[in-house]
Amino acid sequence: MTLAIAGQPPSVWLGRINPIAQIIAILVITVTALATIDLLTPGVLVVAELTLLPAAGLVRARQLWRRSWPLLLSAAGVAWVNLLFSPGDGWDWVGSAALALRVIAVALPGVLLVASTDPVRVADALTVHWKVSTRFAYGALAAIRLAPLLVIEWQAIRLARRARGIDAGRNPVAALRLIAGAAFTLLVGAIRRGSRLAVAMDARGFDSSINRTERTNARGSVLLRRDYLFIAAVVMLCAAATAASTATGLWQPVFAN
Amino acid sequence: MVQQSGPGVRGGGPSAVEVDGFGFRYTGRTDWAVRDAAFQIGPGERILLTGASGSGKSTLLAAMAGLLGPDAGDSRGAVRVDGRTAAQSRDRIGILFQDPDSQLVMSRAGDDVAFGLENRGVPEDQIWPRVRAALDAVGFRYPLDRSTHALSGGEKQRLVLAGALVADPGLLLLDEPTSQLDPEGAQLVREAVTRILARRETTLVLIDHDAGPWLPLVDRVLEVQFHPTQGVPESNGSTEGGPESGQIAPQRGVRELAPGWRPTMPVLPAQDPRSTRSEGRLLPIGLTQGVLQSEGEGPVLWAEGVGFCYPADESSRPALLPMDVELWAGRVTAITGPNGSGKSTLGLLLAGLKAPTVGRVHADPDLAGQLGNTPPHRWRARDLVLRIGTVFQNPEHQFLTGRVRDELSLGPLRAGAGNRAARDRAEELLDRLGLTAYADANPFTLSGGQQRRLSVATALATRPSVLILDEPTFGQDPSTWTELLRLLVEARDAGTALCLISHDARLVAAFADYKLRLDGPDPTRPIPRPVDHQLGGDAAG
Repeated sequence: MTLAIAGQPPSVWLGRINPIAQIIAILVITVTALATIDLLTPGVLVVAELTLLPAAGLVRARQLWRRSWPLLLSAAGVAWVNLLFSPGDGWDWVGSAALALRVIAVALPGVLLVASTDPVRVADALTVHWKVSTRFAYGALAAIRLAPLLVIEWQAIRLARRARGIDAGRNPVAALRLIAGAAFTLLVGAIRRGSRLAVAMDARGFDSSINRTERTNARGSVLLRRDYLFIAAVVMLCAAATAASTATGLWQPVFAN
Repeated sequence: MVQQSGPGVRGGGPSAVEVDGFGFRYTGRTDWAVRDAAFQIGPGERILLTGASGSGKSTLLAAMAGLLGPDAGDSRGAVRVDGRTAAQSRDRIGILFQDPDSQLVMSRAGDDVAFGLENRGVPEDQIWPRVRAALDAVGFRYPLDRSTHALSGGEKQRLVLAGALVADPGLLLLDEPTSQLDPEGAQLVREAVTRILARRETTLVLIDHDAGPWLPLVDRVLEVQFHPTQGVPESNGSTEGGPESGQIAPQRGVRELAPGWRPTMPVLPAQDPRSTRSEGRLLPIGLTQGVLQSEGEGPVLWAEGVGFCYPADESSRPALLPMDVELWAGRVTAITGPNGSGKSTLGLLLAGLKAPTVGRVHADPDLAGQLGNTPPHRWRARDLVLRIGTVFQNPEHQFLTGRVRDELSLGPLRAGAGNRAARDRAEELLDRLGLTAYADANPFTLSGGQQRRLSVATALATRPSVLILDEPTFGQDPSTWTELLRLLVEARDAGTALCLISHDARLVAAFADYKLRLDGPDPTRPIPRPVDHQLGGDAAG
């Protein structure tokens, strides 16, 4: 139940691509999709991304929905706002759909990355290749590990309040105050647990004051041929999408209105 | 082992510890937690630090770990490890705290052990052999990629121990390493420590409220004898330069206990509880119809075929298989069993805090009163707190106010007792539990044992007819254990039906009238076993 967020990602094809290669690919796709406001370019990108769903282990509709509903909601919101404020009399269906597709084309690769790739590999890749602060990267990993514990604590705190004789009944104001109070208890607990964890991590040499030598990485992070091939394939895909929409005359640079 | 130079160098042998006129006062406190302590620990020695709760043991251990920086408070004197300050020797010190979940960093076992070596800049090719050796040394049985979430508490704590051990510490500090574990988990940790100490490559300093099982392992027992009310030291006898002269400093602040010392065993309340049962019965505040008439008429609260399944649980393993339990007035029912067997879930169902997915919980008309036939999980909280009190595993979840005194009067006030009555009840409970000195303290600043007593007292404050306690004796020393039990005996004699969910075999043996052991969902046995109630049986559970 609650362990779903902390469980190890399944071993899937996309998860074996180095996270750095995936992040570069996301940047290339973002630039491509944001450069134009036509329908075809993001359409091609989204189709290509959808073919990668199985490679990210997203085969069941429920999994996909759980991972992507916020994205679909925001895409729908963008389209709706654009429809309402479309210039002229008619409703700009095509323009709205293009904008919604653009949101999906930019955000779906992030969903694929999170679904397929072990956060530890992401932290390793970022610190090894891009020299991201280890304090930040591994601190974030430790925090991710605590997240499911917070869910369990939250449930316990709510029950403990009821056991002390406190509930809201049908009063919405009381309910809000109750949630605020429980959230405060949760926050206090999380901070205390976080500081205990920080002490334990520093006791294992994590603090910079004794880092006379550079931190090493036991797992390492190596960019293989398949990672370069993956980036090349994504670049070619983006070039093809742009070329197709230029050739059909649909391409509309975002700054040339 | 070949001596190497460079980062993460191995070896160096066991460390010597010298506590030299050390005193410490935490920021924001007026009392000194430790004052002018002086003693020495030789290389390779194994020391158990004991002393009453609040005697400063944990502060001494934190000082030896070099964790008490200037931010934490004022200090006097020094604690030296291998002749340097503890903070300078941090690379050579490993420490294990209570809660494994506040110490594990990585999601996979091997990565977590490697973490300390990475931080010390140990070359990659040396890391994995050392990780494997450390995991072998503590007896960790799983592969390196085992998820740290899938381990029991004792296995997690073993893993944390491997993480400390992998850096070859000269000094290993254990701060209550078993106090959050069940007996099986505690045994796993003690076995692991025994294995790694066999080589005498590290000095050990240990605190554990359950000192007895550690005694065969330690060389000396030091009792910390500091009393926090003795005021501020004006000066201390230490010299700034340290012990160059080689003279042996007198011990101060600790007393060496004679070989053969045994921890005081908890004492059971002397009176025969049943003889006083009919007298002095207390009426619950705000309950006009009075408590249950007498035992023997039937259970006050009973569960009929209750089971629990988490919704949308992909493992679809029920948290609790359907079962029957009865709680009787003035009787104690103990629920035991390994972690994950559904004990705590059963407690929550009986307490009216969770709705069972199958079966139902019934309350006797005397208990339910005007609530009639409604099952307890649908009662309003205010009605519930007068009838069924619950003490949770983690006391901090239950604290609602900023002062110990307010915490105790809150229940009676909400139940409609007057200000006066609520205050009197709070004072009485403060006195009974030895918490009067902390009446105005914030509950979150109390020690673990004090918090536990306070949470039991808050549940007793409204004099509920049923009391459900999840691990009430966790973290208690012998004297507070006895005081807690005395309080529970009193509640029972007043006619309260008690339900204990506990790993504490001594408590269950001494106190339970009925025992119920849950073995948890057994894949080989799909049909739930009928539950036997043993009346006044021996310690079969």
